Amino acid sequence: MTRARFGPWLAIVVGTIYFLVPLIGTFEFSLRLRRGEYSFEAYRIVLADPRFQATFAYSTFLAVATIVVGVLLVVPTAYWIQLRLPRLRPVVEFITLLPLVIPAIVIVFGYLRIYNSSSWLPMTASERATDLLLTFSYVTLALPYMYRAVDTGLRAIDVRTLTEAAESLGARWPTILFRVILPNVRVAVLSGAFLTFAIVIGEFTMASLLDRPAFGPYLQLIGANRAYEPSALAIIAFVVTWACMGLIQVFGRSTRGAAAPH
Amino acid sequence: MSQLSDVEASAPLGARLRPRQISWAWVGVVPFFTFALLFLILPTLYLIVGAFQDADGNFTLDNIINLFQPSIISAYWVSIQVSAASALGGAAIGFFLAYAVVLGGLPAWLRPTLMTFSGVASNFAGIPLAFAFLSTLGRTGLVTVLLIKYFDFNIYSTGFNLLSFWGLALTYLYFQIPLMVLILTPALDGLKREWREASAILGASSWQYWRYVALPVLWPSLLGTTLLLFANAFGAVATAYALTGSSLNIVTILLYAQIRGDVLHDPNLGYALALGMILITGLSNGVYIWLRARSDRWRR
Repeated sequence: MTRARFGPWLAIVVGTIYFLVPLIGTFEFSLRLRRGEYSFEAYRIVLADPRFQATFAYSTFLAVATIVVGVLLVVPTAYWIQLRLPRLRPVVEFITLLPLVIPAIVIVFGYLRIYNSSSWLPMTASERATDLLLTFSYVTLALPYMYRAVDTGLRAIDVRTLTEAAESLGARWPTILFRVILPNVRVAVLSGAFLTFAIVIGEFTMASLLDRPAFGPYLQLIGANRAYEPSALAIIAFVVTWACMGLIQVFGRSTRGAAAPH
Repeated sequence: MSQLSDVEASAPLGARLRPRQISWAWVGVVPFFTFALLFLILPTLYLIVGAFQDADGNFTLDNIINLFQPSIISAYWVSIQVSAASALGGAAIGFFLAYAVVLGGLPAWLRPTLMTFSGVASNFAGIPLAFAFLSTLGRTGLVTVLLIKYFDFNIYSTGFNLLSFWGLALTYLYFQIPLMVLILTPALDGLKREWREASAILGASSWQYWRYVALPVLWPSLLGTTLLLFANAFGAVATAYALTGSSLNIVTILLYAQIRGDVLHDPNLGYALALGMILITGLSNGVYIWLRARSDRWRR
């Protein structure tokens, strides 16, 4: 093809400008805290803020908990659907897509009504129970991505042969699941896990409405009260997101069978 | 299969007496369905049922009728407009970017770079995104300041305001365009080279190829993804909240305020508000899923 490449280049240049300028602008803004000079003062203040450390640690913990619960829920289900209940596949796929259909704010609204302190399952009555509810709400949010990643991974391997081979060697089902199937979909699970981490770490709506001290509500608080620190936080959040996606690429490249996030 | 039936060890006695007659395989998916029921379906159903009840639990349509008051209708309308503007803009620009790297004859390294960046940017949403645009196009943002300094041009004197309709739509594009790129690139890959060659041999112009071959194949993907972007923007809360506070009356912000402090002074009206959102995102996502199934036909 020797047609003019002006159009494609224009698209790339305009796209690059649109996507890079806000990043440059944010970075430049974050350096402006001291008058008349560029400094990393805003980053120093943010990183030294005990609330930053506490909320970031809390959200990291929640993200890890979400990944563990999500993997334990999704991997056995997807495995079982593939092996024994293929007829249920459309139903399960439909359910895993529901979190894209029902906005997060609506789901958490429902939680607040069903699991309030006077209900049959008072999950908002104590802080620990609310942490659990928030974790489950994040599992819900991550469900479409986690399920698609794991399902793609499972389709790429021969689940039936692996299961039968493990069975004929005398493996029981926990062994099959955790020592045969899981290692074979490791890359898919990891890509789902990092994507989950990126989604959960700065999530605002659910944490804020369930009134838990997560990183998202902290970001909002700083945004409403400070001038330069929010830009520093935005850069930090961007780096975290970038790291998650980069890790997906790294693990995906090393083995085949990786799943695209969408 | 004997080892696998250990999963069914908790099954009632009857199953062990005649293990091959009734399949207990469904027990394996009980945890998943229990989870989905408790944390996805029941909470939503509760709101849907509540939308059709009055404070005493009697059936009524008043909540639905009450949705049609000016402040609520305008919240829905602004939300629909912002979502539609960012979805159409994101779809158009995303299409050109995906086209450029797949069919544009550009250097090969551009494609993986764009895909990686799209993966990052489509997940760079929420509050940090609002911060990024505030420090770029806010009143003291870099671009605003540079334009005043070097071109003596104040974008705010043109009536532009980041904390407004167009500001929000422009900000949403930051995750809408990459999402379009991620979903559309595989679809563009599905355009077979043979189709283009065949149409060229038959004397079709480039325009005719797109009009009669490529677009009829692509339109379910294009339209479907646009609807997905629409629903994606419609349900977003954090970016709008951090960007505009409560100054822009969109439906998610209204629902957020309602959940926090019952600003509508009517809990059941809040349920109806949520129901309206589910209907809108459900409809656009439902059509998306249906169109996806259609577009998959051409990918074999």
